[in-house]
Amino acid sequence: MAQPHIDVRYVANLARLELSDEEITTFQVQLDAILGYVETLSRLDVSGIEAAAHAVPVFGRMRTDEPQPSLLPQAVLQNAPDQAQGQIRVPKVVADA
Amino acid sequence: MTLTTLRQQLLAGETTAAAILTRLAGEIAARDGHTGAYLSQDLEAAMAEAATADLALPLGGIPIAIKDNINVLGQPCTCGSKFLAENYRSPYDATVIRKLRAAGAIPFGRMNLDEFAMGSSTENSALQTTRNPRDHERIPGGSSGGSAAAVADCTAIAALGSDTGGSIRQPASHCGVVGLKPSYGRVSRYGLVAFASSLDQIGPLTHSVEDAARILQVIAGPDPLDSTCLDAPVPDYLSGLQAGVQGLKLGLPTEYFGEGIDPGVRRHVEAAVNGLAAQGAEIVEISLPHTAYAVATYYVIAPAEASSNLSRFDGIRYGHRAGNPADILDLYKRSREEGFGPEVKRRIILGTYVLSSGYYDAYYGRAQKVRTLIRRDFEHAFSRVDAILAPVAPTPARKFGGAAVDPLHEYLSDIFTLAPNLAGICAISVPCGRTDFDGGRGLPVGLQILGPHLGEAMLLRVARAAELPR
Repeated sequence: MAQPHIDVRYVANLARLELSDEEITTFQVQLDAILGYVETLSRLDVSGIEAAAHAVPVFGRMRTDEPQPSLLPQAVLQNAPDQAQGQIRVPKVVADA
Repeated sequence: MTLTTLRQQLLAGETTAAAILTRLAGEIAARDGHTGAYLSQDLEAAMAEAATADLALPLGGIPIAIKDNINVLGQPCTCGSKFLAENYRSPYDATVIRKLRAAGAIPFGRMNLDEFAMGSSTENSALQTTRNPRDHERIPGGSSGGSAAAVADCTAIAALGSDTGGSIRQPASHCGVVGLKPSYGRVSRYGLVAFASSLDQIGPLTHSVEDAARILQVIAGPDPLDSTCLDAPVPDYLSGLQAGVQGLKLGLPTEYFGEGIDPGVRRHVEAAVNGLAAQGAEIVEISLPHTAYAVATYYVIAPAEASSNLSRFDGIRYGHRAGNPADILDLYKRSREEGFGPEVKRRIILGTYVLSSGYYDAYYGRAQKVRTLIRRDFEHAFSRVDAILAPVAPTPARKFGGAAVDPLHEYLSDIFTLAPNLAGICAISVPCGRTDFDGGRGLPVGLQILGPHLGEAMLLRVARAAELPR
């Protein structure tokens, strides 16, 4: 087999995904096949071709800077997995001093 | 029954909005247990709206089924994912829902889909199997499989779906209904859960081309809440619908009629082309030379955008949160591991990889350049022809169980629907016949019609002419 394109375990960590060993084995084969197919793009000469980030380039559109109604705190908090005192509660992020 | 016919009955006083809902609820109870198009429906909320529906409005009193990735105030929005299935309720209406309501329509029903709209069979839904109403052993297509199946099963009058690489047109083709993907920027995506933001569009799945035109008329137009939604004026999509194709030039791209197309699909698409020629259209052979690169381009760009968009599902603000996290990183990683299904994980990893340092230029940067070439193909073609005719999918609906084993093979079946999204143009699937395939009998085949950017009026006109008599 050719050199694998992708280190699935490494990239999954970048993507904040905790994968099982079984998933890593399965995805490794499947993603290598997909990336192998994507190599067909290297057959094309794209020098001097502009990159298209959007189907229809429309840039820098701004709405007028006026206050608009927005979601009420209760509407935002209703879907939070954990909340207290009108805020979303999360595990401690900063370690004890 | 079509939306258009139902509207006439409502205006003539022959039925009521409440009676329509009651009948639909009966049809759902009778058949949807087997078809599985609906994830949920809130009859009580819809009935409350029916009581005050203004029938004089363009869609007054008409229930519209909604793909379960479009937010409707107070309703679930699972995206076919365990991540959002537990407790999410939409805190607001998507712009398309606000516009439907303003036109008198009643959002009714949450339709199954491939998880986060990633797939072509609805088999990637983590919540439910949806069967093709024409043959219950087969997929309905996807990702808007629930929307297409419900319209085909007559458990919905019409539905909204979303189309990132064929997710409206392909299930419409497989189920034998009409499916319209508007041009990029024609319809606001505010409130559509984002998959690939440079490709996603919302559009209707309906019984007829006229029904699709009526819904597009209502949902199209600018929205200050979506900066990609264009300010372009919305033309009258109904007035020119019956104008016919006499004198129009319609292009046949040689690349879309090569090997690998099922003979039954080819026969019916060619018959539809001949039908349009018989009505006075001039059929012109054209070339879209970069067609062969569409799948590779799409499966770099779409996962790249998905990996970024789906980073918001981190277990903090909404959706699934893993229990007893050791620290914040553990919370992120296990919430996502537990909440996402395999296809979503595959695409997040693929997208993260092609955007990562050292690989960005080779994959994402190159794909964006090829996207320019694909768009130029269409610009060149539309300088010669008014619309383009093609198949929607290489085969009719397959049996269950194909996608999980070999995702690349599944991706390759999207070959005819991806390029319009990459180019931002509009496209529609119209039923053009039934064929036998792989042991199945009388499976629907769709004709795909492609129009220039913001060319929906022309697209719908050609589609109306191509429509089989009902």
